[in-house]
Amino acid sequence: MFKDKACIVGVGETPFCRKPGSGLSEMGIQLKAAVAALEDAGLKAAQIDGILPFPNVGKAEAFAASLGCENLRFAATLHMGGAAPVGSLRMAAMAVTSGAADYVMVPGGWNGYSGARVRETAATDVNSIPGGEIARDFYMPFGLTAPPQWYALMARRHMHEYGTTAEQFGAVALAMRKHAQLNPAALMHGKPLTMDDYLASPMIASPYRLLDCCVETDGAAAFIVTTVERARDLRQKPVYIMGAAAGQPYPADEITNRADFHRTGLTNAAPEAFRIAGVTPADADFAQIYDCFTFEVIQQLEEAGFCKRGEGGAFVENGGIELGGRLPVNTHGGLLSQAHVLGIAHVVEAVRQLRGEAGARQVADAEIGVVTGWGDFGDGSIAVLRR
Amino acid sequence: MSEQATPNDKPMPALTGLHGQFYAWCRDRELRFQRCTRCGRHRHVPREICAHCSSMEWEWSRSSGRGTVFTWTEVVRALHPAFGAATPYAPVVVEMEEGVRLLSRVVDCPPDALQIGMPVEVDFQQISDGLTLPVFRRAAVAP
Repeated sequence: MFKDKACIVGVGETPFCRKPGSGLSEMGIQLKAAVAALEDAGLKAAQIDGILPFPNVGKAEAFAASLGCENLRFAATLHMGGAAPVGSLRMAAMAVTSGAADYVMVPGGWNGYSGARVRETAATDVNSIPGGEIARDFYMPFGLTAPPQWYALMARRHMHEYGTTAEQFGAVALAMRKHAQLNPAALMHGKPLTMDDYLASPMIASPYRLLDCCVETDGAAAFIVTTVERARDLRQKPVYIMGAAAGQPYPADEITNRADFHRTGLTNAAPEAFRIAGVTPADADFAQIYDCFTFEVIQQLEEAGFCKRGEGGAFVENGGIELGGRLPVNTHGGLLSQAHVLGIAHVVEAVRQLRGEAGARQVADAEIGVVTGWGDFGDGSIAVLRR
Repeated sequence: MSEQATPNDKPMPALTGLHGQFYAWCRDRELRFQRCTRCGRHRHVPREICAHCSSMEWEWSRSSGRGTVFTWTEVVRALHPAFGAATPYAPVVVEMEEGVRLLSRVVDCPPDALQIGMPVEVDFQQISDGLTLPVFRRAAVAP
């Protein structure tokens, strides 16, 4: 097992932008982040022998050829949408501890604002997600065409069963926005938000309003994983991978026929990750939770075991997930208020917190942190990290 | 009564394989789900094999057409250009008496009148010569 034997040794990000766009190709912007991660780690590109790209935005071969990774020997892409980066973090830990690779790069990014708009293209290419043919034949003809609509079906059901409220969704949006005020790199830095603003924002796909949805972004990020032994020679203090796991809902390729409508990939993955790590959710000093939409934060807090199912709404209220609260969540502002770069930035932020480099938004004495991913109809991934 | 719609540029299912067979029954104004002939369970969406008993023997079993609203979303801002003129509309998940659920619409109910548990029954909406979609209408509460 990889517990405490693998670590994250380098992180990199590009600036995040909307108008007028990044001015780079999708490959170019990811290469920029990859080079930043190499620089942060103190590694040469030629030392990278494993690359795990995000689905549909770049191929390992192209990364290797562009960066100069002459000895690529471990390349794979996890088809888990936004759960891929943290799933790839786990796969990287498995790879370096097994000897399949020495240094594994996980890049991801896109021109999510100036390029093809995800909101309009997510399900039009049947190959873009594992359930693509089902979406094409059984969802899209009825006008269910995009991620906020898919997940709104789950959010509505949760509200019905547990009394979760719009104001509780709003508490998630406000917490992310509050954190973004402490992060100069965040797209929503300098744009504070009130509950009245939130409730007044236009409905997109009920119960989701505009401000329940993350910000489409041009940007990229990357991180590098190696063994603890190799990390000793590198520039940064390593961030140890205590435990990690991934999982899928059932069925994973079809949303409507889940016997337990709230069971997601994280439901099984989280207990596995905490068991490997030898800690409990209560031991976490912060959590970076994949926040494509507000309710997904509430749902993942529940399924990861930070609270019981049905209690997530109360958990996020009254500053519960803000800095200074019981569990600071998405201290960088998340996908909702920092930037949507496919969830890689959640890993980057966890590393910064555990290195003590988070500046004004630093969680005091942060020792253990959790990061999750969510995607493709509810696939889940989770990692428990420590300094 | 079915509603006649004109062909348009909305996304269309591929009318091939098992998915095509499902829609072929809809064209005949019948809602049918696969039913495993070994263990008797219904399933949707169509699949080659029964996930409960691994049998590959099955039949297209006619549904009672009755179900209840399980969940829905009201699309106020279309996220696909072909649905821009259709807003607001509500994709609805219907839980059928047979136990399966399917994504559809309740065509005689405005989105703000939808309720979880609302009884509905199947109807059919012809989209083109080749395609008829199963849709739902409000039904009286079952006795």
